[in-house]
Amino acid sequence: MKQTLATSERGKILHVQSVHTSAISAKLIEMGLYVGQEVEILFSAPFGDPIAVNVGGYVLSLRLNEAALIEVA
Amino acid sequence: MNVNKIALVGNPNTGKTSLFNALTGLNQQVGNFPGVTVDKKVGKLKLSNRSIEIIDLPGTYSIYPRSKDEEVVYDILSNPKHPDFPDAVCVVVDASNLERNLLLFTQIYALAIPIVLVLNMSDIAFRKGKKILVEKLQEEFPEATIIETNARIKSGVKQLMDTLDAGNLVRHRSPKVLIAKEDVLTQQKDTEQKFQEINALIKKCVLQDNSTQTRRKVTRLDTLFVHPIWGYSIFLVILLALFQLIFTLASFPMDLIDSLFGSLSAYLHGVLPAGMFTELLANGIIPGIGGVIIFVPQIVLLFFFIGILEETGYMSRVVFIMDRIMRPFGLNGKSVVPLLSSAACAIPGVMASRTISNWKERLITILVAPLMSCSARIPVYTLLISLVIPNRLVFGFLNLQGLTFFGLYALGIISALLVSVVLRMFIKTKEESVLLLELPDLKSPRWKNVGITVFDKARLFLVGAGKIIVAISIVLWALGTFGPTERIQNAVQKIEKPTNNNAVQLAAYEKQVNAVKFENSYIGILGKTIEPAIKPLGYDWKIGISLITSFAAREVFVGSMATIYSVDADGEETRSLLEKMKQEKNSDGQPVYTLASGLSLMVFYVYAMQCMATFAVVKRETKSWKWPIIQLLYMGVMAYVSSWIIFQIFS
Repeated sequence: MKQTLATSERGKILHVQSVHTSAISAKLIEMGLYVGQEVEILFSAPFGDPIAVNVGGYVLSLRLNEAALIEVA
Repeated sequence: MNVNKIALVGNPNTGKTSLFNALTGLNQQVGNFPGVTVDKKVGKLKLSNRSIEIIDLPGTYSIYPRSKDEEVVYDILSNPKHPDFPDAVCVVVDASNLERNLLLFTQIYALAIPIVLVLNMSDIAFRKGKKILVEKLQEEFPEATIIETNARIKSGVKQLMDTLDAGNLVRHRSPKVLIAKEDVLTQQKDTEQKFQEINALIKKCVLQDNSTQTRRKVTRLDTLFVHPIWGYSIFLVILLALFQLIFTLASFPMDLIDSLFGSLSAYLHGVLPAGMFTELLANGIIPGIGGVIIFVPQIVLLFFFIGILEETGYMSRVVFIMDRIMRPFGLNGKSVVPLLSSAACAIPGVMASRTISNWKERLITILVAPLMSCSARIPVYTLLISLVIPNRLVFGFLNLQGLTFFGLYALGIISALLVSVVLRMFIKTKEESVLLLELPDLKSPRWKNVGITVFDKARLFLVGAGKIIVAISIVLWALGTFGPTERIQNAVQKIEKPTNNNAVQLAAYEKQVNAVKFENSYIGILGKTIEPAIKPLGYDWKIGISLITSFAAREVFVGSMATIYSVDADGEETRSLLEKMKQEKNSDGQPVYTLASGLSLMVFYVYAMQCMATFAVVKRETKSWKWPIIQLLYMGVMAYVSSWIIFQIFS
């Protein structure tokens, strides 16, 4: 299985590999999660969901099911 | 070319609103865009010899709408025939995060509308070690006027005003047409393409000082605010402190307003000639307006504190830690603010739900918001609790009356969550629930923004709820003043008029006459008519009357009771109302207000949607009659059934 933002470790510098097609993929890309973008998980809420991710210099919070759409490496 | 109308666009959290406030001050008007619920904020920028109209469009990350409310930006900017189509666009970008911000700018730049690029928050960019080479950026976008501002300290604002005044904004390209709203796939490709271009551009135009730590470190405060234990504890403490402060601080101006309007009524009674007009003014209109104004202190304080929490960026952390908890109920982390506001008044609460982009979650939030006990219920709770709940300690330290009070609040909150679960099963949507939320840096609040927010909310309450409450107060006054003439005369004649001129006796007689008149007015008749329906809940027709009058605002219950029992309700006289109510007997000699009927009535007030102003606001926010009617019905049924059960259990 490929690694997604939902399954990644905190504090690791990662890059977006692909964004799964879904109803919100256009929105995700507009928020800066395009292929090649540098991302890093900063912290997560209690219960591990949602997570806060550094996306090219700003902090975006997303739920795990949203993060699961972002393949990273 | 003269610029008369400007649209302000930008991503959320770019300081767009600060800039709007800096340009227009209090020359703002809030209206509605047709079809959507975002506020249409229009302001006037006063120049030396003319003024420019500025429209603050909703914050968005892309010109392609991802929610209904964002469509406004697309609709206006893509259609030169639109009544709000601007002469020029001002795109506000966060200079410290150019990459994401430039997406919207490049999309709009392609439309070839005269354009100003406002590089805002340049100080934060500087702190992050970024230097923007404005000349280089200008080469890339030759037709844009680029201005660096810092709306927080107002630097650059004057220059922006001059630019807009001079109006020599250029346009000589042919505009590109936007991709169709529905063609998301092409939009997505276009966005990816644009980001590639922006990346190349940023390499040329932004110098990054690598000695400064550029990657955002997790701050200590953030770690604390999202901590499983500390995070929730801090939120809870802030909540408790907030409401404690609101209730303590608001009580003084509220008492003042109360006595002010009371004496105004009395004064008018004294100086104006007796008659219908005086009655209407002194007993209908003035108390009606007073009943609206009295909530203003609490609303102002609540939004002052919420404003601070939002301005500092703390509220987004609350949304972040509450989202997982709210989700099983069909709500969103963003539902916290509307529900919180509803604890003061459901009207601003319902309006605060606008930040929830998912329609289903927003609708559920709106539908359950009035279950939170608002401040209008407090006088009712207080009266009923002191009437039927003994003032003693349980478990040695808990005051039973206080416990009941807390229980009523808890009942509202728990019911709101349970109802959400049920509604979640019935309301269908194709829209996906999302929480893509930017967590802005924590910072000190901009007081001007807080102030303008408070001003806006108070105005929305006064205009939105105010006219309805006043109108209903007048209708209820008429129904309580008029009645079948003969019936009233007959009833009044039965009261024994004191033969001597003893002032005390005369006053008592007057009050009795008023009570009897009220009893035989249309509203009294109405109360008696509904008595069979509310009898199973343990209520008599007098309570019935007060239930009806509560539709203006729930706290009117106390005033109506006072009129019916012919006592003055103000101040220390509440004691005499309590005494009278305690002595009240049924036709079969049993007391009316027992533990059973009292609790039943309290539960009724927790659940029933006795607030026409909320009804009207829900109608406006959901753009249909369907939802407020459903809300009125489900809350009514819940109130009736629960009160009945409570009455049966305790009697």
